[in-house]
Amino acid sequence: MEVLNAIFVLPFVDMFSEPIFFAEVVVGGLLTGVMYSLVALGFVLIFKASGVFNFAQGAMVLFAALTLVGLMEKGVPVWLALIIAAGVMVIVAVIIEKLVLRPLVNQPDIILFMATIGITFFLEGFGETVWGSDIHRLDVGIPDAPFEIGGMLLNEFDIWAAAIGAAMVGGLALFFRYTVIGRALRAVADDHQAALSVGIPLKTIWIVVWSVAGFVGLVAGIMWGTKSGVQFSLSLIALKALPVLILGGFTSIPGAIVGGLIIGVGEKVAEIYWGPLIGGAIENWFAYMLALVFLLFRPQGLFGEKIIERV
Amino acid sequence: MLYRESGQYKTNYADDQAIFPLKQDRWLMAIALVVAFVVIPLTSSEYMLQAVIIPFLIFALAAIGLNLLAGYCGQISLGTGGFMAVGAYAAYKLATSFPDLNMIVVFLLSGVVAAFVGIMFGIPSLRIKGFYLAVATLAAQFFLQWLFNKVAWFYNYNPSGTITAPPREMFGFMITGPAATAEARYMITLVVVVVLALVAKNLTRGHIGRSWMAIRDMDIAAEIIGIRPLHAKLSAFAISSFYCGVAGALFVFTWLGSVETEAFAITVSFQVLFMVIIGGLGSILGSFIGAAFITAVPILLTNAPQFFGFNMPIDLQKHFEVMIFGVLIIFFVIVEPHGLARLWQIAKEKLRLWPFPY
Amino acid sequence: MTETRNIGDTLLKVDNISLSFGGVKAITGVSLEIREREICAIIGPNGAGKTSMLNVINGFYHPQEGTITFGGEVRRKMRPHLAAQGGIARTFQNVALFTGMSTLDNIMTGRNLKMKRNFLWQAINIGPARKEELEHREFVERIIDFLEIEAIRKTPVGRLPYGLQKRVELGRALAAEPKLLLLDEPMAGMNVEEKEDMCRFILDTNDEFGTTIGLIEHDMGVVMDLSDHVVVLDHGEKIADGVPDVVRADQNVIDAYLGVAHE
Repeated sequence: MEVLNAIFVLPFVDMFSEPIFFAEVVVGGLLTGVMYSLVALGFVLIFKASGVFNFAQGAMVLFAALTLVGLMEKGVPVWLALIIAAGVMVIVAVIIEKLVLRPLVNQPDIILFMATIGITFFLEGFGETVWGSDIHRLDVGIPDAPFEIGGMLLNEFDIWAAAIGAAMVGGLALFFRYTVIGRALRAVADDHQAALSVGIPLKTIWIVVWSVAGFVGLVAGIMWGTKSGVQFSLSLIALKALPVLILGGFTSIPGAIVGGLIIGVGEKVAEIYWGPLIGGAIENWFAYMLALVFLLFRPQGLFGEKIIERV
Repeated sequence: MLYRESGQYKTNYADDQAIFPLKQDRWLMAIALVVAFVVIPLTSSEYMLQAVIIPFLIFALAAIGLNLLAGYCGQISLGTGGFMAVGAYAAYKLATSFPDLNMIVVFLLSGVVAAFVGIMFGIPSLRIKGFYLAVATLAAQFFLQWLFNKVAWFYNYNPSGTITAPPREMFGFMITGPAATAEARYMITLVVVVVLALVAKNLTRGHIGRSWMAIRDMDIAAEIIGIRPLHAKLSAFAISSFYCGVAGALFVFTWLGSVETEAFAITVSFQVLFMVIIGGLGSILGSFIGAAFITAVPILLTNAPQFFGFNMPIDLQKHFEVMIFGVLIIFFVIVEPHGLARLWQIAKEKLRLWPFPY
Repeated sequence: MTETRNIGDTLLKVDNISLSFGGVKAITGVSLEIREREICAIIGPNGAGKTSMLNVINGFYHPQEGTITFGGEVRRKMRPHLAAQGGIARTFQNVALFTGMSTLDNIMTGRNLKMKRNFLWQAINIGPARKEELEHREFVERIIDFLEIEAIRKTPVGRLPYGLQKRVELGRALAAEPKLLLLDEPMAGMNVEEKEDMCRFILDTNDEFGTTIGLIEHDMGVVMDLSDHVVVLDHGEKIADGVPDVVRADQNVIDAYLGVAHE
């Protein structure tokens, strides 16, 4: 009885008796969620355009952030470092296309998936070989002062993160819908062969898409890096984008956003209200378990297309 | 000339279905076994056994486990480390709760416990495939690691949070615990690994193995010819986890002696996955080759720079190792997705005609 | 011809089946019967719902309406492996072999339903499990002889040419000793010699094992020669049903299908 009470009643009592604290928890979760969404966005872009499940997105986030912070520590001004880091991500995209994707055209998805695991390890190892594995502090000048709204304590930086995230999603949505390249991307996503046959240059498209995913990774890296320092564990945090994708569906940009927010809020609330009951640190696995349970009921994700099997 | 099957006629199906239908293969195998059971224990140093050979055997066992699931049944798992942890903690609890239990029984039972956990986490595989499943198995990895870290019962409320293999003996030899010699620990590991490898080979050649491969190659067609996906996938998860579980138990009892949950982190899952990819998906022999390869690379990296006369800082060496693993994976996936085992097969085909290829 | 063929009672009765995906109707109110030991052809233009019909019969698609009676059992919903256990085997329009396995192993998978020894026996591979494996191997070797594919026994099927793959697929279906064998375009994409071989195997199967065969085919010559009974579908509806000569003369069929071909 006491156990049931502790699980099903007390947490809710706590939520209602201290609504401001609860709101803070939710907002905190939403803001973390935005960060997850940013990483997940990179996955979705690549999956939509090339059908590749890019396990290396997390490593790209880490690599971009490491490059940026490494340059800044060498005394390069922020704006120049940003440009160089973005340029490096384009080079990474070109190299990946040339050395990994092109030889693997028409291979089974799972082979490509494994290749991206290889890319993950290479980027992590390479980044740390070049820039070292210490924790780097990153400050690109985003204001970071606490302030209060309606009794809630918030951080200016978090608001900025949310705004930048929203702007990126909006921008990408417009890009996909209204530009020539965007339309080509959607065509490629539907069918590689058909897209090739109407003259869409697949290689260029892939480079563009991996570069864009690299930029998105850079932005995500800046956000995470500013918040918790640039370090190896960044690529583990980025793994959390995977359950986000499962919730949102692999092909859906809105899905990546909503999924990120759900995971962000879900794990914060679970950690704070239920975590102490079972020893804490459930943030480590909560997102994955949530995704796992979710998969059992809706394998295609919230916004994914229903899978119809044919023979 | 050396490797020819001509003249070796088979007059019944039983001969044709033997594990090693060719005389040359039987000889090679016999030599390998003599080396493993006689030569190595007599000649190897304590360091060699402890640092190279025992971990190689244990990882080979884990790689066989993952290979049964990923290579034969086509279900990618990133939860190997988690399942190994289940085996390790189950063996610890069993050995400390029932001190008189025979260690072989302890190892097998801890495999069985891992098998049940594997079935639980395998259930989603009925609805989802490919990378969706890979993500789902991450849940197993992170959840299990957390569980063994947080619930003190699993490590007998030991304040340090570690589990330590209690001393146990068999046939009058100490085989676990601090007093056990490396030779004794090696022999027990070897026996377990050899027997289980043989079992794995038999399973993959029988109808259960064929149903796994059918699911891997085309699940819909498999279902339509009457293979139950539920049965095939869950049995693959169960047996794969059994192998990982036994490997995890050996990991603590005959190799390290004492571990924390960190020892079974996601890096271990990746390490075993790499062994399977590099060794060869869908090959028992490949699991051994892959394990040997992945165990050897860090050792080479440690010694090679000194050999060439310059010193590499230890952390740089670690990063380098990660990088090289990445490159190797990409290389193998592109050049030979069937891994080293396939190269070995090609070499054998070349040898059939050598030295007169035409 | 029919008199000498010893055709028995109804084996499969499809009654008023309707199937739709979302709003798209694939099959509307189709009924048909296949009798024991006959060869029944299902024909129709592309998109007529032929493959969907096979998918309904072996439980891969679940129709919204109607029932299927097979071997005296009435059902609507069915899992594919249960259909297989009941004795329905099939081949596919696009070859659906297990490409990573050898010809022998592919055909052995067809015997899986008949193999009972649990995994512990298989693990040690002595005694009953080994004996069972060898018995089934012998049966499979008979099929390999029958289909004349001895030489490719150990070749991975991924490396075989298309015509042989189709033959292996037939072998895999036969290995299950089905009561009803469904063939989805067994001759698509074959040259004349390969078609002749395949026709011979189909007729021999029907003759020697008494297997009932349901077949989808586009080659009219083949259909008219092989089958005892032809069902014509168009836009998901049945427009004709009868012996080949009658169907050939049917005005609806000529309009919907054959007529187009002769224009």
